[in-house]
Amino acid sequence: MPVSRLQIVIVAAASMALAFVLAAYIYSAQREDAIRAVSEAEDSPLEREYSVSEGPADARVVLVEFFDPACETCREFHPYVKKLLAAHPGKVRLVLRYAPLHQGSDTMVLILEAARRQGRFWETLEVMYATQPQWASHHQPRPELIWQFLPDAGVDVERIRKDMRDPDMMAVMHQDLADGRVLGVRRTPQFFVNGKPLLSFGRRQLKSLLDSEVAARY
Amino acid sequence: MTAGRRTWSILFICWLLVTGATLGSLFFSEIMELPPCSLCWVQRIFMFPLAIILLVGLFPPDGSVVRYALPLALCGVATAVFHVLLQFGLIPESASPCQQGVSCADVSLALFGFVSIPVLSLAVFSAVAGLLYHSTRSGCQ
Repeated sequence: MPVSRLQIVIVAAASMALAFVLAAYIYSAQREDAIRAVSEAEDSPLEREYSVSEGPADARVVLVEFFDPACETCREFHPYVKKLLAAHPGKVRLVLRYAPLHQGSDTMVLILEAARRQGRFWETLEVMYATQPQWASHHQPRPELIWQFLPDAGVDVERIRKDMRDPDMMAVMHQDLADGRVLGVRRTPQFFVNGKPLLSFGRRQLKSLLDSEVAARY
Repeated sequence: MTAGRRTWSILFICWLLVTGATLGSLFFSEIMELPPCSLCWVQRIFMFPLAIILLVGLFPPDGSVVRYALPLALCGVATAVFHVLLQFGLIPESASPCQQGVSCADVSLALFGFVSIPVLSLAVFSAVAGLLYHSTRSGCQ
């Protein structure tokens, strides 16, 4: 009876597909609740005293970005995030947190922290993103190549080499990694707007979440 | 070559198992975002095609699909045995083909304390290999 066999297989396939979709939905909803419970709490670990921040201190909207200097999507999103900030002047503060998930990214984080001591964090980040294709190939990451580009950021390279060995820098990176784990950051960039995680990733989604928070607070 | 009712049922059960395993593995990687290690990838390479090949063998019923499916299942059993032994520490990690990234010896999920993902993989590959072999034996039609 080929027809009834076909029906059996169709029903089985549909049931398995349905089970998959249901399980995915339930799992995602639970995960989202778990993340929100941490990120929207009063004492959420979204921002630390030491965290890099740009924008007015009294801005009512805080955009937190967990980023990896070696991540292509972070590189691609960086100008877009700046554009979003410029669209709401004085209303949004950007907080950057490190999520060095790629091999070699930890070196970049330490360099950024060391450059920060020279007041050159943003310049150094720009240089890193601009030269990322050269030092961050996933098949063969070569973080040492960054050194030849660092002078473009106007930093004292020798001082960076010395400062990045400071255990305080390592402590910052480990704290950010630990906070990222608690907040469910598994991919970069991961955004939070006033504690709300951007779970459906994309430019449009980020813009609408940010716009709605700005509209709600101002 | 056609397939008798019993052979068809066995092929159907095998297809259910491998399709369930395929969807489960995609759930682990895409929904739970557990990154697959290199040995996981090798097992996926043997598992995913089974879901297609066995389905093709069901319509019209074709028992000769076992000739193509059984080698894949056996390769899956071999890889899964290696992976399980590695996870239980019976093979030193230095003997594993893993590179940086995700270690194959890490246990990212364990039901009841010992049912890790490679254990699930081994269970499905063994069941499918056993069933497929059984379906070829004489007296089975």
